Amino acid sequence: MIAARSESIGTRLSDMLWRRPAVLLVLLLLPPVLWLGIIYLGSLFALLLQSFFSIDHFTGLINYRFTLSTYAELFTPANFDIILRTVTMAACCTLASAVIAFPIAYYAARYARGKWRAVFYLGIMMPLWSSYLVKIYAWKLILAKEGILTWALEGLRLNWLLEAYLSLPVVGGNSLSVSTTGTFIVFVYVWMPFMILPIQAALERVPGSMLEASGDLGARPAQTFRHVLFPLALPGIVAGSIFTFSLTLGDYIIPQIIGTSRLFIGQAVYQHQGIAGNIPLAAAFAVVPIVIMGLYLWGAKRMGAFDAL
Amino acid sequence: MSAVTFDKVSRHFGAVRAVDGVDLDIAEGEFFAMLGPSGSGKTTCLRLIAGFERPTAGDIRIFGEPVADLPPYKRQVNTVFQDYALFPHLNVIDNVAYGLMIAGQGRKPRHKAADEALEMVRLGGYGARRPSELSGGQRQRVALARALVNKPRVLLLDEPLGALDLKLREQMQEELKTLQRQLGITFVFVTHDQGEALSMADRVAVFNEGRIIQVGAPEDIYFRPEVPFVADFVGSSNVLPAALVARLTGENCPAAIRPERLQLAEDGPVMARVTGLSFLGLTTRVSFEAEGTRLTALLPQDAPRPAQGDLVALTWAEGDLHLMRAGL
Repeated sequence: MIAARSESIGTRLSDMLWRRPAVLLVLLLLPPVLWLGIIYLGSLFALLLQSFFSIDHFTGLINYRFTLSTYAELFTPANFDIILRTVTMAACCTLASAVIAFPIAYYAARYARGKWRAVFYLGIMMPLWSSYLVKIYAWKLILAKEGILTWALEGLRLNWLLEAYLSLPVVGGNSLSVSTTGTFIVFVYVWMPFMILPIQAALERVPGSMLEASGDLGARPAQTFRHVLFPLALPGIVAGSIFTFSLTLGDYIIPQIIGTSRLFIGQAVYQHQGIAGNIPLAAAFAVVPIVIMGLYLWGAKRMGAFDAL
Repeated sequence: MSAVTFDKVSRHFGAVRAVDGVDLDIAEGEFFAMLGPSGSGKTTCLRLIAGFERPTAGDIRIFGEPVADLPPYKRQVNTVFQDYALFPHLNVIDNVAYGLMIAGQGRKPRHKAADEALEMVRLGGYGARRPSELSGGQRQRVALARALVNKPRVLLLDEPLGALDLKLREQMQEELKTLQRQLGITFVFVTHDQGEALSMADRVAVFNEGRIIQVGAPEDIYFRPEVPFVADFVGSSNVLPAALVARLTGENCPAAIRPERLQLAEDGPVMARVTGLSFLGLTTRVSFEAEGTRLTALLPQDAPRPAQGDLVALTWAEGDLHLMRAGL
């Protein structure tokens, strides 16, 4: 007789799960699937539903009748301006993040070894450990008119450069902390780790021999970058840009603290659902980033961004 | 004319002398093998020719032209990498045509040339596939086609058959040799497998500890090793220590004798204890211990076989004992 006569409940349960792996799978997956399916997708669905209702502007009550009028409201000049401003900002931040992150990620993936690798990871991750609000207020101090940046430029007798820049339309302002440029700088800083890490992961999967092979076949370093390194890093860049792009589209705190008084999508959602009580319009605004991200991913796939995966 | 010349070339990595004062002369159209254990400097030598490494000291010439300041992309040599290094985001035809694309050839002519190269390595019709959809042997052929399509003056091969199974390896050995003869290109081939080096190369350089120990035709390396290392590494020969050789011949130097030339006898110059027997099919390998030296003999199946622990006499024909110089 192989099996012992008396077994504990735990052992019998283990045996049962071993004989029926499907039961184990269901037990493991049920809680997260319920969470994702009901709580997360459910609220997303509720949100989508809200956007098809409208508000009665006289009574302030929600009219629960299916309509596209709330979406039409998005295209009024004032609202469309918000969308355009946010998307432009998100695109600029993504581009700048990618350009700055790539060399950092390249160094981390190809050259940093041992101790330096650890230092690198710390350097990239550390900003994520401190409070988001603290970082933003720190930047406000750096960028303010009486801030350290102005002070340093004065010391270098270069403040005329800053003055000249701030006098430019759109990007300029009274000081960096109340300019669109300030918003841009802080966005790029805050989302940077989300861009560096995926690019680094993608670059780490490119063996050195692949770059050598390209050189061996006559490609100058710039050509190797264009034809081998960049296409192979593209899935990482796209993954990183999903973060930077969508986080910028949805953020409402950074532009609130640093920048002009002109609104971004996140702020619009915040105001419409809060003070104005216009839940349908807030929902319609919230759908905009989802649609834009969908289009963005579709375009990236069409361009072959995921071919090297 | 010499295809590749090394003049006292060294490549040091910190305190490690990966290549240490190597002189080398590879003739045009030659199939040249660099053979040695791992860490012996053979791959570094190949990388020095390709331009991935720069020499710490010494001169490298390719067809008479000094290449010390020439980056890899300006050298008329191409490499077949050990891991093949095929570009995963390109299909087979674009992989093969990569060098021509870089050289500025139009899509049509370069695809035509790539098709011909694929045809040459018997992979016609595989152009549209991805490298990930190919077997190891097929990837190896693509890597070969990708290098050859550029018509290099020297083709470098870094353990190209290492990742293939035995049967495929033997087949590729034949094919590489045929290809080299057809094209007349100088092949420089790095391997740690002596069988591969001996069967394919016109000449073999044996590496150890960053130096070349012996250069010669496969027969020379195999039958006439100059030092014990070559006898042991290349031929798995028995190396007799100088003291034993002095007693047997009066010459005070080490000597080599091939396992298949050792015979059992009633009476002979060396008495040995049998320490192990293994059946190899065609032959039986017998290990002995004689005066503190381990010896191996390959006995044909029809020869009388000793038993474990027997004390037997070993003998050999005149001329089978090959005297060497002391050293590595």
